[in-house]
Amino acid sequence: MSGRFGHYGHVWRVAGLFVGGFAVFLLLRVALIPADFGAYGFYRAGALDDVRAQPAAYVGQDTCIGCHADIDELRQEARHAKVACEACHGPAARHIDDVSIAPVIADARPLCLRCHAAGTGKPDFVPAVAADDHAGDLSCVECHNPHRPRY
Amino acid sequence: MQGVEGFIYPNELELQWSVLIVLYPYITGLVAGAFILASLERVFNVAAVRPTYRLALLTALAFLLVAPLPLQMHLGHPERSFNMYLTPHTESAMAMFGFVYLWYLMAVLVLEIWFDYRRDLVLAWRASRGWKRRLYGALTLWSDDISPGALAVDDRIGRIITIVGIPSAFLLHGYVGFIFGSVKANPWWSTPLMPIVFLFSAIVSGIALVMVLYMTLTWIRRLPMDMRCVDTIATYLFYMFIIDFSLELLDLIHRLYEADESLRALDFMVKTRLFTSQIVVQILLGTLVPIALLAFVQLKRVSAAWRQSIYVTAGLLTLIGIFAMRWNVVIGGQLFSKSFLGYTTYKMEFATREGLLPAILVMLLPFVILAVLIRVLPPWGGQDRTLAEG
Amino acid sequence: MPQDRRAFLKDTGKFIVLTGAASVVWDYVAAGAPLQSPDYDAFEHWWGMILDVEKCIGCGNCVRACKAENDVPTDEPGCYRTWVERYQVSSDDMDHPIVDSPDGAYDGFPAIDGPGEGVKVFFVPKLCNHCAHSPCVQVCPVGATFESPDGVVLVDKDRCLGCRYCVQACPYSCRYIDPRTHTVDKCTLCYHRITKGLTTACCEACPTGARQLVDLKNPDDPVHEFLRTHKVHVLKPQMATGAKAYYNGLDGSVR
Repeated sequence: MSGRFGHYGHVWRVAGLFVGGFAVFLLLRVALIPADFGAYGFYRAGALDDVRAQPAAYVGQDTCIGCHADIDELRQEARHAKVACEACHGPAARHIDDVSIAPVIADARPLCLRCHAAGTGKPDFVPAVAADDHAGDLSCVECHNPHRPRY
Repeated sequence: MQGVEGFIYPNELELQWSVLIVLYPYITGLVAGAFILASLERVFNVAAVRPTYRLALLTALAFLLVAPLPLQMHLGHPERSFNMYLTPHTESAMAMFGFVYLWYLMAVLVLEIWFDYRRDLVLAWRASRGWKRRLYGALTLWSDDISPGALAVDDRIGRIITIVGIPSAFLLHGYVGFIFGSVKANPWWSTPLMPIVFLFSAIVSGIALVMVLYMTLTWIRRLPMDMRCVDTIATYLFYMFIIDFSLELLDLIHRLYEADESLRALDFMVKTRLFTSQIVVQILLGTLVPIALLAFVQLKRVSAAWRQSIYVTAGLLTLIGIFAMRWNVVIGGQLFSKSFLGYTTYKMEFATREGLLPAILVMLLPFVILAVLIRVLPPWGGQDRTLAEG
Repeated sequence: MPQDRRAFLKDTGKFIVLTGAASVVWDYVAAGAPLQSPDYDAFEHWWGMILDVEKCIGCGNCVRACKAENDVPTDEPGCYRTWVERYQVSSDDMDHPIVDSPDGAYDGFPAIDGPGEGVKVFFVPKLCNHCAHSPCVQVCPVGATFESPDGVVLVDKDRCLGCRYCVQACPYSCRYIDPRTHTVDKCTLCYHRITKGLTTACCEACPTGARQLVDLKNPDDPVHEFLRTHKVHVLKPQMATGAKAYYNGLDGSVR
């Protein structure tokens, strides 16, 4: 049985199937690719906004000094002047939103020792102590004011 | 830390690519290899392997259908995987692979099987009733033409498809090798030889698989073994194996000779963590023993019964060995730290999404599909192409 | 049909088709213009970071600050956007330094025996290098990771498939899979902060100034003078990634 296409009738059918599938694919492309894809490069431009929208947890020491200028004056007298407030006190964003939520004051001994423990290979410009020899069981703040540590 | 030796970067504790990613090159390798065997007859007119032609195609199809499954099970978001077709990043080897897979599945394998089986499908359509009639009708696209002219068209198109299919098969699996070989951050993977090594080991595994399947099915059907066919397949397996082994040796010798920064880490790893799977399973049991067995048959006269035993043994060892090769590349490449100062271990679980159990099930599934395909599209006695040419 | 009428029809046809196509394209372009916010123009910045190995004391403040700022898991293994490594390098065997990074230095470093004679000890903070020719961006199959116009390599959490190809491709092992979202995660250079005039959380928390955010396109940024007067190095320069994390005082033994 040879029809309009001679003996190629079945070939045209399978070719039609492929063309149909390709057309469906083209429609899917239009429907599913986000409109802002490719605006700045091979990515969805909205992703930049998504990343920017993340809330910040650290506020920066300038914000702290705005209310706590007295602590900052103390700090300027000693070497901890270079250490930002949140480096020890942790992120302060929640405190800014609601000042009744105080930043967590960490336990002094492990906190101080992270920078000041001897025997861990730190460079010489950091004062380092072997904690047990230096202070026994005492917490560091029993003797040192953390904002002006050398007395 | 558990299972860590030396120093690894903190993010390197757990492996990123699991046994499922080992399966993927293994499966596509079997597909490519089975197809190359089929093309031996169709394009290069090696008439001796004719009895395995249709079986090889069905095997390739069964495994190719399963191939995306381990990948989908591995992805963090498989529901987004279609994005590889919508926004394929052309700089990424992995992105283009989706199109290579689709091309090979639809434009090569499915079409080739369709054109080869079409006459039988039409006959089955005419002869059956009920749901089977509907099935075969759909499979023929409701075209009834099996006149000699139409069959000649089928034969010619089928031949063209196979010719196109050979480089397509090379692309299908060579591409997987490129996905690994192009990662400059990983010295175990990064080599221009990777696509070629992958391809030849794929051909070896595919030929071994079809050979073992054919022999097993012949035994199950209690028919006499076509020794001429099996001997020819074994010969091709032997020669492909020689090439494959030479390539892998070349890679190893090159690394040992250049002895750059990464060698110390790799050498140590091979001697300790990877020793069993690389030296014992892949090289000894999976390569040297099968090559020796096949060489023995090439050189000495052996009875048919012994040859069958040797071929099956060599074939099964080959399949295990090529799996070990994939394992050593994928898992081995992740066992050492990119600092070259330490190692971690692969903790393969059993019944989790990427564990051993799903891996076993994924490997069994193609055989189930193949059993179904053999029922629907029997590969035995099929189309006698001389009828069309006559 | 006379020549001029044919030409007219052809031109009209072309005009209609092109206008139609152009209007479709314009919709796409107009839909994606998020960076033209009034206070920040991404094209005027090119971010990087300077890490001064001579100043790092291995306190781990940066690691803790990053985890707090970016909600990085602390109880899952292998989730670090930044970490600090301690090197003990013997003078007679630079090829085999002893390196450790306990929990990424989240709690600083424990004491060490010694160091012995002729062994130097120093700390190296690590993070994503925000490479200008990033291999991780290159291998992403769907465009889910990219370099922003201001030089920060970011991840689109809505498009990432979790295929982990980028994790394999990064020579610095700075990427990981977030077990909660099943997508890739990594240092964003606190993009949400630097685009609003703040510095990164790690730089904010560093007590010695070992980490400094730099804007290479800003002529007033001290980085230009710093690069002129110091010998800096990037990690794994042979990978040609265009890394923008510049290390001052980096020893040759650092991996």
